[in-house]
Amino acid sequence: MAINKKIKELQEKREKVLLGGGEQAIEKQKALGKRTARERIMALLDKNSFNEYDLFVEHDARDFDMAKKSLPSDGVIIGSGTIYGAPVAIFAQDFTVAGGSLGLMHSRKITKIMDHALKMRIPLIGINDSGGARIQEGVNSLAGYGEIFFRNTISSGVIPQISVILGPCAGGAVYSPALTDFVFVVDKISKMFITGPEVIKTVLGEEISMEDLGGARVHSEITGNAHFFAFTEEECFDQIKRLITFIPWNNGQKARAFESREPKPEFNINKIVPDDPTLPYDVKDVVRSIVDFSDFFEIMELYAKNIVIGFGRMGGRTTGFVANQPLEMAGVLDVDSSDKAARFIRYCDAFNIPIITLVDLPGYMPGVDQEHAGVIRHGAKLLYAYSEATVPKLTVIIRKAYGGGYIAMSSRHLRADFVFAWPSAEIAVMGPEGAANIIFRKEIMSSDDPNGTRKQKIEEYKEKFANPYVAASRGYVDAVIEPSETRKFLMHSLNISENKIIQMPEKKHGLPPF
Amino acid sequence: MKKNEKLGVLNIDESLYKTRISSRFLNRIPYKPVDPHLILSFIPGTVLDILVRPGQPVKKGDDLMILDSMKMQNQLKCNIDGKVKAILVNKGDRVSKGMVLIEIG
Repeated sequence: MAINKKIKELQEKREKVLLGGGEQAIEKQKALGKRTARERIMALLDKNSFNEYDLFVEHDARDFDMAKKSLPSDGVIIGSGTIYGAPVAIFAQDFTVAGGSLGLMHSRKITKIMDHALKMRIPLIGINDSGGARIQEGVNSLAGYGEIFFRNTISSGVIPQISVILGPCAGGAVYSPALTDFVFVVDKISKMFITGPEVIKTVLGEEISMEDLGGARVHSEITGNAHFFAFTEEECFDQIKRLITFIPWNNGQKARAFESREPKPEFNINKIVPDDPTLPYDVKDVVRSIVDFSDFFEIMELYAKNIVIGFGRMGGRTTGFVANQPLEMAGVLDVDSSDKAARFIRYCDAFNIPIITLVDLPGYMPGVDQEHAGVIRHGAKLLYAYSEATVPKLTVIIRKAYGGGYIAMSSRHLRADFVFAWPSAEIAVMGPEGAANIIFRKEIMSSDDPNGTRKQKIEEYKEKFANPYVAASRGYVDAVIEPSETRKFLMHSLNISENKIIQMPEKKHGLPPF
Repeated sequence: MKKNEKLGVLNIDESLYKTRISSRFLNRIPYKPVDPHLILSFIPGTVLDILVRPGQPVKKGDDLMILDSMKMQNQLKCNIDGKVKAILVNKGDRVSKGMVLIEIG
């Protein structure tokens, strides 16, 4: 039958294209510890869920002998599928085809799947592995990048956008991931930079390796461009799948609800926090003592460790956590931690995820470097993000909440819906030592025993002000609660906030201090 | 938190906090006020031309050197009135950012 012949023809055509850049190029890719683009999609998506589009797309470039060259699928695979049943649109650049370089048709495939994702209101995942612009296609490849950046921007806050860097991503190409919500990198495989080591050497005479310039560690620890770090592609895919379970498909929905599970008994909330406010502890243990099944999914684990952000579930529902980390730099706020938390708060707000804030901080980080790095502007992002957020905002003051740090960390004054404080909370304008030295300066200076007087005055100040009751007497704290009551109070607050409605003044958009 | 982990101390508003200190904080460069007597390279580049000699009197605003960088010829100007005390680079030298190029006495 004729149709059988035609089916066979299709199968043959497919087979030819499915091989991408050919066996030699695939071997090279594997030698670098990398999977092929198609293998990556298969590893990430639910089995047999991938539907591929534009398999037979080809470039029509003519300059520089390009007309003679065939580039299967033009170096990028697009399609859609599911992850744990959740629909996702996906593209993966194929490095085996002309180094995954981006030409006109390559970019049109990407923008097609981006338009599709936005139209269908489903998450978009982009796997980046590309040498950059296809120079032979000139300004057409620049146009391609621009079209992608535009779509990243208008889709921002509407559908989740995830970037996976599994190879080089250099030059203008880096701006697509930078415009998306979450960037995943893999050790020794991911490389991101605007200008590479070669250019830096030629222009500035500085020598640096690709890894030290823009490797996975650099972007996870120093620049903050990456949100998740993995040692292998496999680990990276597991992280992506886990993330998908915590977030909704789009900004009109809530994340999928799971069954509620009690925290594990080994995280005993009564035994984590030392009495002395100058002693450290791991605030992630406090989070684990509160969330369902003690399961906390941390984001940006290696960057600005003095603040902790991530997702957990409360009663089965996704909740965003923001917590000062006394174990790292005493949990101070600084440029990087403010940036990190502010962006996460805006993410949660955009995607209907309630925010729980755990407060224990001595204030802002002093220093010339901080002031000159713009801690005023960056710190303001945190105030902006909390004030602007209309999702349920719950605050638990564990110990210290001093000065500007108290205000910034989702205080009542920024319209937190519920503010709870443990009896160990110290809500004050500054720490007892500093405050006593200022308020009682004259008495201390004129005393026969300045050190003794200072100590006495510090104790006096601690007694009077280093507690939650002054703030509670003004209604700035809604309830002083026992640590063991925390989960109960939070769960109840979340339940009654389910239909929270806030009217914001009409505007085109605000001007956050970024 | 690891047991018996060695922690540092951070002073915030005269309270001393036991905590992990980031390597970034430990390696920070202490601030030094700008010394107008030192002419520094504000960008890495190549010394294209030196326009003054040691001992030569100079005035604020005088051109001292041409530094070739990022395909631009950058004029380095004098910040104060004085005399050229020392020239620490030669024509054609490649210099990194923040290097002392000329001292004004």
